[in-house]
Amino acid sequence: MKQFAELFMNLDRTNKTNAKVELMKNYFLTASDEDKLWALTLFTGRRPSFKVNRTQVKEWAAEEAGIPMWLFQESYHSVGDLGETISLLLPRSPIQGSDKSLTEWFHYLNMLPGMTDIEKHDHIIQAWMQLSQHETFVFNKLLMGSFRIGVSQTLVVRALAEATETDSNIIAHRVMGQWDPLKTTFETLILDKGEDDNASRPYPFFLAYPVEGDVSGLGNPEDWFAEWKWDGIRSQIIFRNGELFIWTRGEELSTEKFPELHFLSSVLPEGTVLDGEIVSYTDNRPMPFSVLQTRIGRKNLSKKALQEAPVAFIAYDILEIDRKDIRSLTQQERRTQLELLHQSMPAQPFFLLSPLIGFKEWNELHDLHPLSRQNAAEGFMIKRKNSTYQVGRKKGDWWKWKINPLSVDAVLIYAQKGSGRRAELFTDYTFAVWGDDGKLIPFAKAYSGLTDVEIGQVDYFIKRNVLEKFGPVRTVKPELVFEIGFEGINESSRHKSGIAVRFPRILRWRKDKKAEEADTLENLKGILETYR
Amino acid sequence: MPAQPLLQFTGKSIYCSVADVHIDPWIPVDLAIITHAHSDHARGGSRHYLAHKDSEPVLRLRLGADISLQTVEYGEKFVINGVTFSLHPAGHIIGSAQIRVEHKGEVWVASGDYKLEDDLVCTPFEPVKCHVFITESTFGLPIYKWRPQQEIMTEIDNWWRQNKRDDKASVLMGYSLGKMQRILKNIELQDKVLYAHGAIYRLNEQLREAGFDLPELTLVTKDTDKKLFRGSLILAPPSVDGSAWIRKFAPYSLGYCSGWMALRGAKNRRAVDQGFVLSDHVDWPDLNTAVRESGAEKVYVTHGYTSIFSRWLNENGIEAGEVHTMYGNEDENEEEETVQDQTAVVPQSEDEETISGTNNLNARIGDTEA
Repeated sequence: MKQFAELFMNLDRTNKTNAKVELMKNYFLTASDEDKLWALTLFTGRRPSFKVNRTQVKEWAAEEAGIPMWLFQESYHSVGDLGETISLLLPRSPIQGSDKSLTEWFHYLNMLPGMTDIEKHDHIIQAWMQLSQHETFVFNKLLMGSFRIGVSQTLVVRALAEATETDSNIIAHRVMGQWDPLKTTFETLILDKGEDDNASRPYPFFLAYPVEGDVSGLGNPEDWFAEWKWDGIRSQIIFRNGELFIWTRGEELSTEKFPELHFLSSVLPEGTVLDGEIVSYTDNRPMPFSVLQTRIGRKNLSKKALQEAPVAFIAYDILEIDRKDIRSLTQQERRTQLELLHQSMPAQPFFLLSPLIGFKEWNELHDLHPLSRQNAAEGFMIKRKNSTYQVGRKKGDWWKWKINPLSVDAVLIYAQKGSGRRAELFTDYTFAVWGDDGKLIPFAKAYSGLTDVEIGQVDYFIKRNVLEKFGPVRTVKPELVFEIGFEGINESSRHKSGIAVRFPRILRWRKDKKAEEADTLENLKGILETYR
Repeated sequence: MPAQPLLQFTGKSIYCSVADVHIDPWIPVDLAIITHAHSDHARGGSRHYLAHKDSEPVLRLRLGADISLQTVEYGEKFVINGVTFSLHPAGHIIGSAQIRVEHKGEVWVASGDYKLEDDLVCTPFEPVKCHVFITESTFGLPIYKWRPQQEIMTEIDNWWRQNKRDDKASVLMGYSLGKMQRILKNIELQDKVLYAHGAIYRLNEQLREAGFDLPELTLVTKDTDKKLFRGSLILAPPSVDGSAWIRKFAPYSLGYCSGWMALRGAKNRRAVDQGFVLSDHVDWPDLNTAVRESGAEKVYVTHGYTSIFSRWLNENGIEAGEVHTMYGNEDENEEEETVQDQTAVVPQSEDEETISGTNNLNARIGDTEA
C-alpha cells in the first residue's frame, strides 16, 4: 500500500506526461504481479464496488473526528474530495502507516459486501487507524471514490508497454474489455501471448485530431474521405461466439441500453466488429444529441423512452471480419468491406451506413460545412483513404472539423469552489442572461475554458464580491461578463430559463463588456428557434 | 443611551471610541495601534502609530522611515482617556501582539494573527484572560492540523539533500516576513549555501541591523554565477512562481511553505514539486485552545472561516459572532509580496501645521503606567 500510495501522490503532483509515465513504469517494474493487476484495475477505471453507503461512511468519519455533520460537510466543501476530507479529519494517523500490500487491502475491502452495518463500521475504522494520512486517502478512494488521477488510459498503456517491453497497441488491446482482477492474473492478462479467449474485448478506438488551420492544408482532396461527424455516442459493436456486445467510447459495456440493435445478433456474420455512432433516429433522420440524452442516463428503459428516442447505429468502419483483425487494411479497403456487409443485410432503419460526402475541391466542403447542424451533425470527419485503423488519438490520418459552438455573452452570478486541483478556488460558475423583467436568469453552469491566471483573477473578484452564501454556493455581484459557448440548445421545463444548453463552456472573458451589455433570454430563444 | 461596546467593528478598523484609538485600521486615522507588520494589518497613511518595539524595523521599512511611531514592550500598560492598553505576545511573526483593552473592569483582547507553537523567532503566544476575545480564523476548519515544526524542517532538509544529490537548486518559497525567519531559525544551516530574493534579503538585513540573530544571506543578482545555485537553498517569496527570475536556477526543485499546502488541490494548483505544511496561523486544535484559555464569554471571529468557526463556538456554549474585516481575505496575504518590493514611503499628505494642531501622540499617552 505504501508503494501504491506514494505512486498515487506522485502522479497527482506532476502534470508532466513523461514524468507520469516514468512513475508508472517504475511501479510496474518493481511491484508484485498481484499489486500490478490491482493498480491496473484502478487505472483503467475498473474499481470494484464494495457496497458501502457514502452517507454512512461520512457519519462514521465525523463521529471519529468528533465533529457534527454540518462541520464535516463544510470541510468537504473546502477540500472538494471526500476521501481526502476524511483523511484530514480523522484523529492523527500513524506516520509510519501500514505494511499490508495493495492486494491485501483489496481482499480486506472485499469482505465488506457480506457484512452488517456494524461490522462494516468496525472494519473501516480499524483500517483508518492503521493507515497514514496519505494511505487513508488512497484507501478511501478504493473504498468509494471515483479513481480519477489525471492519467489517461494511453499513458497507462505506454508505461505498461515500456515496462514489459511489449508493443503498446497489443497492451492497449489487452487491457480493454471485461476482465475481473479476482479471476485473472497479471500474467494471463498482460504477458500471456496465447490465444485470446475474451470474446467481448473491444479494440481501442481510433480518435481524431481537430483540423489545424484550413482544411485545404491537408493536401490533395482525392486522398481523403469526408463524412458527417455524427452527434451521438461513439460505439463498437462486437459479434463473437454468437453473442452481441455494444461498447461505448467510455469503455462501458452498454449492450442492454440499446435493445433496437439486438437484432444484429441474428444478421451479423460470426466474428464481426463494427465502429460507428449510436444516434437517436426518427423519421429517417438523425436527431440532436439532446434527444438521445433523454434515455442514456436511465437505469430502466421504459417503453415510452424507447418510443420517444429510438436509436440507430451509423457504421463507418469495420475492424474485424470472420474473427480476423483487419485494422491494418486501408481505410478505403475497410470501407469497401463495410459497404459489402451492409448490402448483404436486410433493409431496416437501425443499422445504417455513414454516407461519404462527394467532393472534388475543399471549397465544396466549405460550402456544406454550415449545413452540419441541420443534418444533426457536428461538422465533418476527414479520413485518409490509405490509412490504417490506429490506437488512440493519433495525428495525421483522422481529422475532425467541427462547427463553431453557439455562443452568448452572459453574466457570472453564482460561484462555487472547485475540487481536486481547484479546491479552495472559486472555479465553478453559473451564468445568467437578462430576462424581460430586467432580472438575470441563470441558464448555464460552466467551469472550463479559463487560464490559471484568469481563474486566479476571477477568484480574487469573487472573494471580494460575495453577496450571499447558500451552503457552498456564493451569490456574486453581477459584474463579470463571459462569452459562453455550447454545442446544442433545447427547450427544458426543468430550467428556470426554459432552455437547456449542451456542453456549455467559457470561450473567453469579455473584459470589454459591462453586465448590462450581456445577452438576453430573447437572444437565446432566437438561437433555439434557428437550430431546433 | 445604551453604552457603546468597548471595541467596535466600524468597517474601517477595530475601534475604541472611549479612547478614540483604532486597531489595525485599513484607512488612515489619527492613532493606529498595530498588531503586526503584515501589510493587511499595518497600512500606511495614519498620523501616529503604536506597536511593539520589535515591529519597528519592518514598519519603518514598509510604511516609511519617518512615520510617527511609538513602541512599547510586551505587558507595558498605557492609558488613553481612561482606557488601559497593553500588548501581549501573539507568536505570529516578529513583534506581533495581541492588544488588551481594559475599561471599567471589562477586558477585550484583539489578537490579530497568532499561533501557539513556539517558532523560536518571536516571543511565544501568551494567553490573556478577557471577557471578549477577537480571533482570526484563517485555518478555522478541522481539516487543518499542523504537525510539529521540527518534522516539517526535517522534510525541508531531506528535500534539499535529495536535490543536492541530483545536482539541482532548491528554491523554497514562503512569505518574506514570518515564514522565512522561522525557516532560518529552525533548519540545519551548517551545510547549506543560502541565497535570497531581494525582498527577503532586504528584510533580513533590516532585521539583522536591528539586532535580530539571523544568518547572513547572499543576494541573488543577475551577475551571480549560475553554477553556484546547484545544491544551494534559495529563499524566495511566492510571487516569483512563474516569473523570469526563477528560471535562472534551472535545474531546480520548487518548494512552497504554507498552511494551504495541507490540501492536495492547493498543492497541485501551485504546481510545486514539494509542498511543506507550515503556517504562522493557528490550526483548528490550537484555535480552540486559544479561545478556551482566553476564558472569554464572548468571541468575535474575523478573517477566515468566520461563519463556520462562530457557529461551532455557539454550539459549544461560547457566544460568538462573525465580523467582516479587510484582513486576510482567505488568501494568507498573497498580495503582500507584490506590495513589499516597492518599499514605498506612503505620502504624508497632512502638513506639519495640522499634526501639531492635534493632541499629539506623546501628550495622549503621557500618562503611561510603568
